[in-house]
Formats: sequence, structure tokens, C-alpha cells
Amino acid sequence: MASTQLHGAPVGDRIYRFTTTAFALSIPLLLVLLAIEVAVAAWPALKAFHLGFLTSSEWDAVNGTFGAAPAIYGTIVSSLLALLIATPLAIGVAIFLSEFAPPWLRQPVAFLVDLLAAIPSVVYGLWGIFVLVPFLREHVMPFLADRLHLGDTPFFSGPAYGPSMLAAGLILAIMVLPYISSVTREVLMAVPRSQREAALALGATRWEMIWGAVLPYASSGVMGGVILGLGRALGETMAVTMVIGNRHEISSSLFAPGYTMASVIANEFSEATNDMHLSALMAVGAVLLAITLVVNIIARWLVWRVERRGQA
Amino acid sequence: MTTRAPRRSIRARRARSAVMVALTVVAALLATLPLVLILGLLLKQGASSLNWAFFTAMPKPVGESGGGMANALAGTLMLIGIASAIGLPVGIGAGMYLAEHRGGRLASVVRFLSDVLNGLPSIVVGIFAWQFLVRPVRHFSALAGGIALAVMMIPLVARATEEMIRLVPNSLREAALALGYPRWRTSLTVVLRTALPGIVTGALVAVARIAGETAPLLFTAFGNQFWSTSLTQPISALPLQIFSYAISPYEEWHQLAWAGALVLLALVLVISLIARFVTRSRFGHGHD
Repeated sequence: MASTQLHGAPVGDRIYRFTTTAFALSIPLLLVLLAIEVAVAAWPALKAFHLGFLTSSEWDAVNGTFGAAPAIYGTIVSSLLALLIATPLAIGVAIFLSEFAPPWLRQPVAFLVDLLAAIPSVVYGLWGIFVLVPFLREHVMPFLADRLHLGDTPFFSGPAYGPSMLAAGLILAIMVLPYISSVTREVLMAVPRSQREAALALGATRWEMIWGAVLPYASSGVMGGVILGLGRALGETMAVTMVIGNRHEISSSLFAPGYTMASVIANEFSEATNDMHLSALMAVGAVLLAITLVVNIIARWLVWRVERRGQA
Repeated sequence: MTTRAPRRSIRARRARSAVMVALTVVAALLATLPLVLILGLLLKQGASSLNWAFFTAMPKPVGESGGGMANALAGTLMLIGIASAIGLPVGIGAGMYLAEHRGGRLASVVRFLSDVLNGLPSIVVGIFAWQFLVRPVRHFSALAGGIALAVMMIPLVARATEEMIRLVPNSLREAALALGYPRWRTSLTVVLRTALPGIVTGALVAVARIAGETAPLLFTAFGNQFWSTSLTQPISALPLQIFSYAISPYEEWHQLAWAGALVLLALVLVISLIARFVTRSRFGHGHD
């Protein structure tokens, strides 16, 4: 955009350039404003409880003591559980779509998987409350605890209420699957043909080609997709709030109800009675914001690296 | 692979390959299973409690059967309208900037931050909008809800616009400039117009995405049991209503929640389908 033209930039050009630049600048400004507003509102709670806010499990609105450890723990555990379930599936789908599926099947299956991302969170939550949670309570939890005798391990102990960390992890797995699989598909498609042909020419079977030549090439992009999915899972609110049971407790059992940072805010914000409670909820939001920012930046960087290499 | 592969018989290797390929098929089936289950149940539960009154009647108090979500439907449309009125111009303008300053330092920063903004949890956008727009005036409002949704929309629209404008061949721009068009007219009447179908698609995708959002509205639009079209009053929305009905203990409300979910999903899917069919990109891959 040369600014010194023969007769100087016409007025129209200057207005145009000013307007589009202002709109473009609005994005960084919004982000900064958002971070400042949340941080300022969170400040009183962070100042009052210091690091104890992150490590204490006592959340008592009446006495005005707030520790977000159960919510932080619940957020991390439910998200990791979701990734544990969704990642192999999503990578499988992506490999199927980019390598094996016959061309006529590719579009429809990709469309169906992408459709999972279009379902609103609150609809997942509704399905979770009335289908997934009862199904877990009546079939899956008794099966895990009694049939497989896992009830004695700390992970599957305790009564099967239904609303639980397990339910939250499962519903999150369904919700993040399309994000991981679409990024993975894209990076797999960015792997050059020569990479595949070389492996096949050396006598590799189709799977050996994928495992030995395609996946290593795309690995950091796949990792980026998984971390992007993690970002989604960490911040997911409605569906999780509706199935996790909402209790400020840390339990090793996946059968026990828990809490996540997003669902604490969703549940308690409009009922917050005093300023400290409100500030504590804002502080939970600030912690969530910080975690998702870091996770997102790492994910974008990883995906960007592979795509750049694919173009070069 | 390098050390082990030669020792295995070719048969074992082929069998292993076949099993793994089959597993990817299983993964594809498993991944589409929840979709089929959810859609099936929504159709069954939703259709049985969906009737004309759902679209025209107001919510009834607990205990009275019947009633609808007319106010929530109107509220959702109004929130989408507010969000689009703010989000579309800003998003498209930012996208044009990004496309025209591809290598620029500011453009790279904006592009990166817009992806970051896009990845932020919607509940955080919600508390931001509350702190910024609701707290100072001390009451919930449709405007605050719409702005919260617009914040979610801007990065989506900006990136979609950028991609679409990049597909416009540079020769078109050069031809217009060579004919003596000023840059701004070239950008608006030649480049933007050529990319318009793609931008419409991007805009519709963004609308579909925010139409189902609940978390940013919890503390901004807040919900309303009554009919309201005022910008400065709390307003109901379909996702909010589904949420409060779903967690209520009343059977009639659960049924309404299913009907609401079916309507919301239909709305989102129809918008996404229109988006898909508005255009396939006209130029294939750009050669600039």
C-alpha cells in the first residue's frame, strides 16, 4: 500500500484505509480490554487469598472464603479424560477420511463429523441430562464397578449417582472430537504425496506408510489439533454444567460429582450475594482465561508450523 | 519400523495393516454414532411436543400445561440481529485489512490474536460483557447480550472474509486500478463484490455458531419470562430457555426443552446448509 502516489492518496482511499485499519485494530483492542476488565474485577479476590485461591478447596460463600482448587482440578481432569477418549477416535477418523475412504464417502462422513461441532452446547447438555447420565448410572457404572471389579480402585469407587466427572468427560469427548479430527485431516492432507509414494515404493504396507511416513511428518500438526481440542474442552460451559454434578470437592473417583471453572461461573454468578463472591468468580474466570490463552497459543503455533512446512 | 519390519513375514504385516485400516473405519462409525443418537432422539422427543402453540404462545407458569417459546424465538432473532449489525461490518472490515496487508506485521499480529479470541471460552466473554456493559448500568439488557455475541462473531467473520478475498485473482484488482479506479472503489466494488458469496457463507457460518450460544447470554441478556423487544431490557433466548427448562424438575418443561432444542438445532442446521450452498468458491485456488 504505497502511501505516496503521484497526486497523494485521494480522500476516499484515506477514509477506506482508516476504516479497515480501525476495524482490524478492534480485535487486539477487544482482547486487551477483555483481559483488563476480567483482571481488574478478579483483583480483590486474588489479593485476599493469594496463592491459596489456587490451592485451597474451601469454597464457602457464606463465610467468604474461596479456594478454586476443586474447580481447577475438575476442569483439568474432565478435559484430559475427554482427550483420552476423543484423540484416538479423531485421529482414526481423520486417517480414514484422508487415506482410505472412497471418494464418494469422504464428503458425507466429513460432513457428519463436522456436524457434531454445529450442535449447540445446551443441546448436548439436554441429551446428557436425560440420556447419557441415566445410561451411565444404570449400565456403565455398575458394569465398571461390579462386572469388571474396578469398584475397589480409587478411580471407579463410590456410589453411582450419574452426574459425574465421567459424564462430563464423555460429553466433552463427543464435543471436541470434530475439532481434533478436522485439524488432523487438514494436516494429513498437507503431507506431500511424495512422502507416501516413497514409503509405498520401499514396500511398506498401507498402515506402515501411515505410521512410518505420514504421521511422523504431520505429528506436530496433529498435536496442535489435540491441544486445540483441549482449549475447547477447558472452556466448555453449558453441557458440562448440566452433567458434572456441581460440587466443590476433589475426588479421585470418576463416579463422583465435581465442578469445572466454567460451570462454577455459570452456576453461581447470577446468585453471587456479596462483592467478594463475585470477585472470586471473576478470579476463576481470570485463571480460566490465562490457561486457555496459553493452550491456544501453543496449539496455533504447532498447526501453523506444519502448514508452513507443507507450503514450502 | 526400520529394524522390526524385515523380520516379520509379509503376511503378518499385511494382516496388521488390514486390521488397522479396519480400526479407522470403526473410528469413523463410532464418531458418527453420537450424532445419529442425538438427532434421532431430538426428532422423536421434540416432534412429539412441538406444535403451533410452541411458536406463538408465551411460556405458562409451572403446573399449567401447554405454552410456548414465542418470546424466546423473538429474542434469539433479535440477539442475532444485534450481533450481526455490530459483528459483520467490523469483521468484514478487519478481514479486508488482513487480506490487503498479507505480510504486514500488524496484520500478522491481528490474524494471530483473532484466532486466540476465537478460542476463548464463551463464558469468559460473558463475564467480560457483564463487567463492561451490565455492571456500570446495573441491569441486564438485550444490547449487552448482542454485543457479547458480536465479540464471538468478529474473529470468525474476519478470518472467513480474509480467506475469500485472497481467492480473488490479483489480475482483477490490477485491471480495475489500471482503468483508473481509486483503491477504495477497487476494493469495495470489484474485490469485495467478487468475494461476496464466500463472505456471505462465512457470515452465515458465524451466525449459526452464535445462534446456539448460551454461556455469553447468562449474565447479559439474562432471560425474560415476558415479551420484550427493548434493547435496554433483559431478553429471552432459545438456548437460555432450553437450559432453564432442562434443569427444572417439571415434566412439562422438559418436554418444552426438547421441542426448543429441536427448533434451535433446525435453525442452526438450516443456516449452515444455506451457507454451504450459497457458494462454492468461484475461482478455485487463487493464483496471486
